Amino acid sequence: MTTVAGTRGAPGALVAVFALAVLVLALVYPLTAAGDPGVTVMRWQSGAIPILAWALLAFAAWRALAPTPHARFTLLLVLPCVAGAAMFATLPPATGAAPAASGFWLTLLATLALATITVQRFAALDGARIYRPLTAALFGLWVLFFWQVGVTAFEVPRVLLPAPSAIVASMLGQWDTLLRDFVQTVLKAVLVGWVVGSTLGFLVAVAIDRLPFLQRGLLPIASLTGTIPLVAVAPIMVMWFGFEWPSKAAVVVLMTFFPMLIATLAGLRAAGKLELELMHSYAAGYVRTLIDLRLPCALPFIMSALKVNATLALIGGIVAEFFGSPTVGLGFRISTEAARLNMPFVWGAIVVAAVSGSAAYALLVQLERRWAFWHPSVRSA
Amino acid sequence: MSERARRVVPVGVVLVGVVVLWYAGAVWLNAPGAIERVMTPKGPYGFADLVAATWSMERPVLPAPHQVAIDLWTSLVDWPLDSPRNLLFHAAVTAQSTIVGFVLGTLLGVALAGAIVHSRTLDRALLPWIVASQTVPVLAIAPIVLVILGSLGFSGIAPKAAIAMYLCFFPVTVAMVQGLRSPQRIDTELMHTYAATRMQAFWLLRLPAALPFLFPSLRVGVAAGLVGAMVAELPTGAQAGLGAKLLTGSYYGNTIGIWSALVMSALLGLVLVAAVSAAERIVLRQRRFG
Repeated sequence: MTTVAGTRGAPGALVAVFALAVLVLALVYPLTAAGDPGVTVMRWQSGAIPILAWALLAFAAWRALAPTPHARFTLLLVLPCVAGAAMFATLPPATGAAPAASGFWLTLLATLALATITVQRFAALDGARIYRPLTAALFGLWVLFFWQVGVTAFEVPRVLLPAPSAIVASMLGQWDTLLRDFVQTVLKAVLVGWVVGSTLGFLVAVAIDRLPFLQRGLLPIASLTGTIPLVAVAPIMVMWFGFEWPSKAAVVVLMTFFPMLIATLAGLRAAGKLELELMHSYAAGYVRTLIDLRLPCALPFIMSALKVNATLALIGGIVAEFFGSPTVGLGFRISTEAARLNMPFVWGAIVVAAVSGSAAYALLVQLERRWAFWHPSVRSA
Repeated sequence: MSERARRVVPVGVVLVGVVVLWYAGAVWLNAPGAIERVMTPKGPYGFADLVAATWSMERPVLPAPHQVAIDLWTSLVDWPLDSPRNLLFHAAVTAQSTIVGFVLGTLLGVALAGAIVHSRTLDRALLPWIVASQTVPVLAIAPIVLVILGSLGFSGIAPKAAIAMYLCFFPVTVAMVQGLRSPQRIDTELMHTYAATRMQAFWLLRLPAALPFLFPSLRVGVAAGLVGAMVAELPTGAQAGLGAKLLTGSYYGNTIGIWSALVMSALLGLVLVAAVSAAERIVLRQRRFG
């Protein structure tokens, strides 16, 4: 590591000095600008919350001057910093209730410096496994904080980027619409298409298991379909199956079929020679060997195809709705509300889609751990 | 059978089977429409007449392969390259934004991956989010990108390329991080004994070691970028591009037009991926020993 000579430890100590200096300077200036006559200018000493927020941030900056080699010290830096930032986010300039002034901007700058230090210190922690997801979570929290406060204080137009609070508010305000969209797109089109497409791919792969000629013919074609924009069949499916969800499910079937076919064919070849010969010595027939040995061996391949397909299916279901849909569905919501410039709601629909995708993936990972627990890829994870 | 024939013949047989099924499907799907609109006015008809009619309808439910082929061919031959009737024109428009986005997304992904392998903070804080983004339909934010760039005054190729870019970016970053980390400890220690700097170790060891990881992700990225570029052409009311062509085809019920645009986009996807594969073979050629 290349560090400045003599300053061992305390990564980012200079940044901490900077943050502390900026915080002290910020005390001199007011928090809000004088707006209309009669509006009182908010200063740090105007209330308990601003002064407490300042104190917590300053405490964090002071803690950051020294190295924090242990989790306890790091928490003593991170927790006050996050608490101070949270209080800071409730001040009028951060919620858009009053125009911001120099004191506010300087504190925001110091918070940015502190945020980089906290993430850096947390990432440097060794030991418990939980530190890794916590670091990512802390980073995500800071992104949300600066997104919220920055967008509000800089008065970024809603069309460009709505604040997270506006997104949550629009989600809560129209949760019934989003719920119907979720049912339409995720529970009907995507789930049905994913199940049917994956099942078909699996069945076809098992059916042509004993036909090597057909396998050699189908595999190259199936692997080429990965390079083709299959979503583009959506207009044709709309013509065949109508505007409702079956046409979207058909697109999803087409998109999920080939990955499952390829994965199952590969999985059926995964059984070792030794095990196959053992089954042979037991006088096990084709079906017995398939059920007791080869399909279990193919399970990890099938599970990873199911995971890949979950994401593909969600993309297919949403994008197919861009090509024409009834007046319900996540893809419809995203495209029409974007056209109406109702961006908070668009982001809300995207949050629903993203959460569904991650949840489906996490669920499949859990199932894989349970069913394919013996596989090296699961054991090492 | 020679090795080559062993590979080619089954594929050929399957393809012929697909075409035969396609023709049969065209008869089956188009027959009701053909009977209603073409045959009944003419009076009595035989099966051969019906089959011929289902393969030559103007707005079939499923156009026969030769109809699509003819439509594609006439659009390429009968119209000049800059005419919106020429599918190659639309393919070029889409390919342009795909390639621009692909190049930018790859550069960005490689740069970020390089930063991630050298920074523990980025590795712990940012990488999990990029990996998690693989499970999220990021293509869904395409309309948002269009609106944002539109309101900032960007138009034309920029919004489409931006969408293709961020779709390429995620898989490339994840694969490059994996690839840059692939050198064994013994290799990095050898670089250390040569007193190589971190930059030298990056250029001479890590980057070459990452290339086999990079190219598969580039194939994924360029295919995703093509989908992104086509989706980006949907809501803007774009006049040009394969996505716009598909949408106008579905507005006017021009089934043959939709199918030939579909075939064209499949061909474009194949060409783009083949180009990446060719680049891979050229770049990795020096690797082979003996």
